[in-house]
Amino acid sequence: MDPTLRERIESLLQKNRVMLFMKGNKMFPQCGFSAHVLQLLQQAGVDFETHNILSDPEVRQGLKEYSNWPTYPQLYVDGKLVGGADIVSELQASGELSTLLGAKPASA
Amino acid sequence: MIEPTEVENRLRLAFPDSEIEISDLTGTKDHFQAVVVSSSFAGKSPVEQHQLVYGALAEEMKGPIHALALRTYTPQAWQTLQGKK
Repeated sequence: MDPTLRERIESLLQKNRVMLFMKGNKMFPQCGFSAHVLQLLQQAGVDFETHNILSDPEVRQGLKEYSNWPTYPQLYVDGKLVGGADIVSELQASGELSTLLGAKPASA
Repeated sequence: MIEPTEVENRLRLAFPDSEIEISDLTGTKDHFQAVVVSSSFAGKSPVEQHQLVYGALAEEMKGPIHALALRTYTPQAWQTLQGKK
């Protein structure tokens, strides 16, 4: 991979502890799976940043190779890939997601 | 577009010992759900398990498959899950 692109990906991953690479943004998610993970993060009440891969074709392709993961959304915590929509949903269902995110338990 | 049976065959080659269930979620042969139960997942994190499946479908993921909802289990995890139902 192009070193400049790799550097850009790594700096994006460090932008926030919790980074969501998605289609669209917080205001306008442009894919059902991205919207779903976005919603789970918002419910968890943690601070997170998103990156819109639809407006960044270079990162869109580069991150697939970087993480050996062909689809979006992709959720990263502390620079490490947690998974896509399926894994994040399973983690949420089992209650592990908030632990992983370091979030306070959501009040009902 | 790709036939569900072709997706299944591709996965059977990669995971010979596995149980595989493919569903065409939209009827358009490009949005699939795959459940894969295989002992090759033992000792691997969910991310690593999904990476194995994506790896087996690398070519297909570049075009004919637009979305793949994925659930991977070791035979033990699968049995535990069935026990709960």
